[in-house]
Amino acid sequence: MAAADPRSAVETVWRIESARVIAGLARMVGDVGLAEDLAQDALVAALEHWPESGVPDNPGAWLTAAAKNRAIDLLRREKTYERKQEELAREVGARFAIERSEFDAALAEEVGDDLLGLIFACCHPLLSENARVALTLRLLGGLTTAEIAAAFLVSEATIAQRLVRAKRTLREGRVPLEVPQGEELTERLPSVLGVIYLIFNEGYAASAGESWIRRDLCEEAQRLGRVLTELAPGEPEAHGLIALLEIQASRSAARVGPGGEAVLLGDQDRSRWDPLLIVRGLAALKRAEGLPGPLGPYGLQAAIAACHARALRAEDTDWVRIAALYDALSQLTPSPVVDLNRAVALGMAFGPAAGLELVDQIAGEPALASYRLLPSVRGDLLGKLGRDAEAAAEFRRAAAMTENVPERELLLRRAAEHGRRG
Amino acid sequence: MRFMMFMYPEIAEEEWSPSAEAVAEMSRYNEELRKAGILLALDGLHPPGEGARVKFSSSGEAPTVTDGPFAEAKEVVGGYWVIQTRSKEEAVEWAKRCPGENCTIEVRRVFEMEDFPKDVQEAVEQG
Repeated sequence: MAAADPRSAVETVWRIESARVIAGLARMVGDVGLAEDLAQDALVAALEHWPESGVPDNPGAWLTAAAKNRAIDLLRREKTYERKQEELAREVGARFAIERSEFDAALAEEVGDDLLGLIFACCHPLLSENARVALTLRLLGGLTTAEIAAAFLVSEATIAQRLVRAKRTLREGRVPLEVPQGEELTERLPSVLGVIYLIFNEGYAASAGESWIRRDLCEEAQRLGRVLTELAPGEPEAHGLIALLEIQASRSAARVGPGGEAVLLGDQDRSRWDPLLIVRGLAALKRAEGLPGPLGPYGLQAAIAACHARALRAEDTDWVRIAALYDALSQLTPSPVVDLNRAVALGMAFGPAAGLELVDQIAGEPALASYRLLPSVRGDLLGKLGRDAEAAAEFRRAAAMTENVPERELLLRRAAEHGRRG
Repeated sequence: MRFMMFMYPEIAEEEWSPSAEAVAEMSRYNEELRKAGILLALDGLHPPGEGARVKFSSSGEAPTVTDGPFAEAKEVVGGYWVIQTRSKEEAVEWAKRCPGENCTIEVRRVFEMEDFPKDVQEAVEQG
């Protein structure tokens, strides 16, 4: 068999190592964008050398060393020509006021905190949500600009521009490459978790026909979530998030029907849920629960997902517990959508009247005005109470609110069934 | 993508238990996989002498059971990892980083439902 193509070998190593290489450099030079440039230079050097010399034994260390040499060259030039016009170079010089031996030692150190610092920088509140996502995938996921563009169905130029602007924002905002501590950590962690969840949901929304890179976003989000729990094992919400992602991902094969239509949780073939991911999700939830303090929003959503995961049949679902968890969630992050879910759980746990009572309380919320699940849930509860004419009207209303053809047909069918009985 | 890495150690049955040193080294490797966020599962296996083989021949015949050890076996699995990577190349790169000695690691991609032809998918659905 032929030896591995050196170019692809370089790219493979790059994918594995780039985040750590960039993180280590970013701390040294104090600038995410410059660190990426230096690491890219190292990648180019690897592409030049490896095809001739072969892939080195420790390719990650090679890349780091090459990038480091570029950084030192830059430093030397900076010292020789002294203060130049470029603000960028000035900053590098200032931050390079350390001895070379220290520089070596720092790079050889455990990069865990650097990597975590890089994650926090990529998800910095100075950046827009779009920019955070793109930068995270680029610097921590090692995705190319083209891959990110394909994943988010936008042009490569858009992503390239977004990345350039994001790096400039971080530089101009003098965002430090460090892990926030204490209260600041509590404040900024949700932004990191939010970015990972967003990446996951983008992939979860992708349909079967779409490019693999889009669907791979789920796996990349799960990977990032796992990395985060390794870097910040004391953060219950990091475990809560990965628990939620693993359990949601466990349903991937069951949530889409043969015609590509969505299959609701209660109708899914549970034998197709991925037991490995369920076990991982439940273990992560247990870790979140084992840490001090009550569960946060991700932990609670994971606990709800876990109730479904534990039920071998839909009718075994512990709806009383789910209703209690939604209650806790709605206190933590009040939202009419959470309340609507709580109403469904209440209806399942304590009967349709209990659910309907809550639905009617929130029905006037402006946020739910065009939310098609509201009439659909209300119709379901009314139908169970034997109020067929009202149920039919609600299903018709819900049908008018959806663009999705199979879903509309299903709703109209339910409307007709209740219409006949009413 | 999900890959399984099978470890085939070339060691005799009686030397099956690895040294504390080897275990420590392997733990560090496993820790690397975990930190990279790609490790989904792993297990080490008891020696084949404590296992058995259940062999099926032509249809209709009862399977024959042979208790270990298996003299004729060239390769026996010593353990496995399940990892999630973006390509086979990446999985192989991780396999290369294992602190192995006189052993072989086989890297195999795990089937996902989409990899099957439509009729197989439908058979699963009806199963």
